[in-house]
Amino acid sequence: MQAVFKRELKSYFYSPIAYVLIGLFLLVGSILFFVFNLASGYADTTWIFMNGIFILILMIFTSVLTMRILAEDRKNGSEVLLLTSPANIVSIVVGKYLATLVVFLIMTAITFIYPLITFVFGAPFTAEIVGGYIGFILLGASFLSIGVFASSLTENQVVAVITSFVMMLIMWIISGVSGYFGGTIAKVLNWISLLSRYDDFNRGILNFGSVVYYLSFIFVMLFLTVRMIEKRRWSQG
Amino acid sequence: MFPTMIQAGGNKMIEIQNLTKRYGQITAVNNLNFTVEKGEILGFLGPNGAGKSTTMKIITGYISSTEGSVKVGGYDIMENPREVKKRIGYLPEQPPLYVDMTVYEYLDFVSDLKGVDKRKKAGQIKDIMELVKIGDHRGRLIKNLSKGYKQRVGLAQALIGNPEVLILDEPTVGLDPKQIIEIRKLIKALGNEHTIILSSHILPEVSAVCERVVIINKGEIAAVDTPENLSKGLGNASKFSITIAGPKSSVISYIKEIYGVKYVEAGAEKEKDAFSYIVEADKDVDVRRPIFYAMAKAGYPIIELKSLSMSLEDIFLQLTTEEKEVEA
Repeated sequence: MQAVFKRELKSYFYSPIAYVLIGLFLLVGSILFFVFNLASGYADTTWIFMNGIFILILMIFTSVLTMRILAEDRKNGSEVLLLTSPANIVSIVVGKYLATLVVFLIMTAITFIYPLITFVFGAPFTAEIVGGYIGFILLGASFLSIGVFASSLTENQVVAVITSFVMMLIMWIISGVSGYFGGTIAKVLNWISLLSRYDDFNRGILNFGSVVYYLSFIFVMLFLTVRMIEKRRWSQG
Repeated sequence: MFPTMIQAGGNKMIEIQNLTKRYGQITAVNNLNFTVEKGEILGFLGPNGAGKSTTMKIITGYISSTEGSVKVGGYDIMENPREVKKRIGYLPEQPPLYVDMTVYEYLDFVSDLKGVDKRKKAGQIKDIMELVKIGDHRGRLIKNLSKGYKQRVGLAQALIGNPEVLILDEPTVGLDPKQIIEIRKLIKALGNEHTIILSSHILPEVSAVCERVVIINKGEIAAVDTPENLSKGLGNASKFSITIAGPKSSVISYIKEIYGVKYVEAGAEKEKDAFSYIVEADKDVDVRRPIFYAMAKAGYPIIELKSLSMSLEDIFLQLTTEEKEVEA
C-alpha cells in the first residue's frame, strides 16, 4: 500500500497536473474570497464553501485528479505489474485513493489562509468554519472515491472523467430537486445526496450520522472499485 | 500437512493441469497439461494468437482460468495467490513500466511493491542493473529510453525479489540483433538459478536457449520435446535431395542398388539433362558416399546434394498449419 501510495503521490507532482489543479482551485477560491469577504467586509468564509461555483470547481478538481489513477495503469500495461505482485488489490486501491486524498488535503490546507486572514481582521464564527472544513473534506473525499471508482471502469481517461463528473452532478441534482418532491421522497433524496448533508456542516452542525454516511459512502465506492478489478480478471484478458 | 505439500511439489516447479480459458464462445486455451522442472528453461512456441500469452497470464495470476489448476512451488494460484505471486517474476509482452519515473525510482518502487527487505533493496537493485546492463541509465526517465532499454528495465523488474520462477513473454521482441543475442545469453545464465518459461514465435531463439519446447497451436499442445529431438523428426528415415546429370532411369536403378536406400523418386529437370531426386534412406546408414562413388563410376556428375532433415521450422509449420484453412 505504501509503495503504491508513494508512487502515485510523487507522480502527481512530477507532472503539472497537481499544480494546475491546485492553482485553478485557489484562483476560483480567492476570487470568491475577495468578493464575499474582502470586498464586502464580511468575516464568515463559509460563504465560499457553500457557493455553487466552488462546489462545481471541487467536482472538476476531484474528477480530473482521479481520472488517471486506475485507467492509466490499464492503458499502459503497468496494471499487470500491480496485479501480479504479491500486494493485494485492496491495498493497491486504498494506496491510490490515499494519494489522491493527500493532494486534495494539501490543496485544502492552502485555503486555510482565507479564515486566517478574516481572523486577523475580524471575528468569524469558529464553529461554522471548523464544521465547514470537516464537511468540505468529507465531501471532497467522497467525490474522490467516486472518481477512483469511475477510473476503474475504463482504460480511457476521458471516459473516466466524464463518468465521475456525471455521477457527482447527479448527487448534486438530487439535493436540488428534492425540494420539488414532498414528504418521504424528499427525505430519501436528501438522505442519499452528498450535498444536502454538506450544508449542515457549514451551519456549524456536526452531525455524527452524516460523518458516518460519508465514510460509508467512501467505503462502498472503494469496495466496488476492488470488485470491478477482480471481476475483470475473471472475464477478459 | 506442510511436508506433504513440499513432496507434492517435488522437483516440479510449475504444474499445469487441464488448463482451459474461454472468452465467451472462443476457447483461447484448451485443456493444457504440462510441468516444468526446477531449474529448467522451457520454451513456449506457437504462432501469434496460439494462447501463449493467455497461458502465461493465468500462471502469473493476472487473469483466471475457466477450468483447471496451476501450481507453482506446490501452491495453487487460486487458493494461495500471494505465495504463487511471490515466487514469480513476470515480464509481459508489453513491459509494465511507469514512464514518468527514472529507472532507479521504478526499480525501487517495484522492490517495495514486492516487499523486498529494506536493507537488501539497494544492493539488489544495483546487482540487477548491472546484470541487465542499465546501470548507466539509472537516472534517466523511462519514457526517454529506447525500446531495447525499456525491455531491459522490464526484465530487471521481473528479477526484483529474486523469484524462483521467471515468466518471460517474448522477451526479445523489438530488439536489434546484438541486443537479442545479449538477452538470450542473459536468459541462459539466469537459467542456472531460476526456472524459466519463455515464449516466442522465433524458432532459433527457442532452440538456442531452451532445454525443452512446448509447441502450442490454437490453444492446444501440439508437441513437447527437446529442440534436438524435435528437429530429428518423428520418422526414422533420413532424406536427401540430389541433382544428378544423367538419364533418369539408369540413375534411379543405380541408386536403388545402394545399401540402405529405401526409396527414390525422380523430380523436375533442374538443368539441361539434370534431374532432381528425392532419396530416403535408413537413418543409421550414410548413403551419400556410396551414391557419390556409384555416380562417379557411371559418369553421372552430382550437381547438388542436400540433406532434408527437418528443421525446427518444418516441424513447427507441420504441427501448426494443418488447420489453417479452418481458421481462415
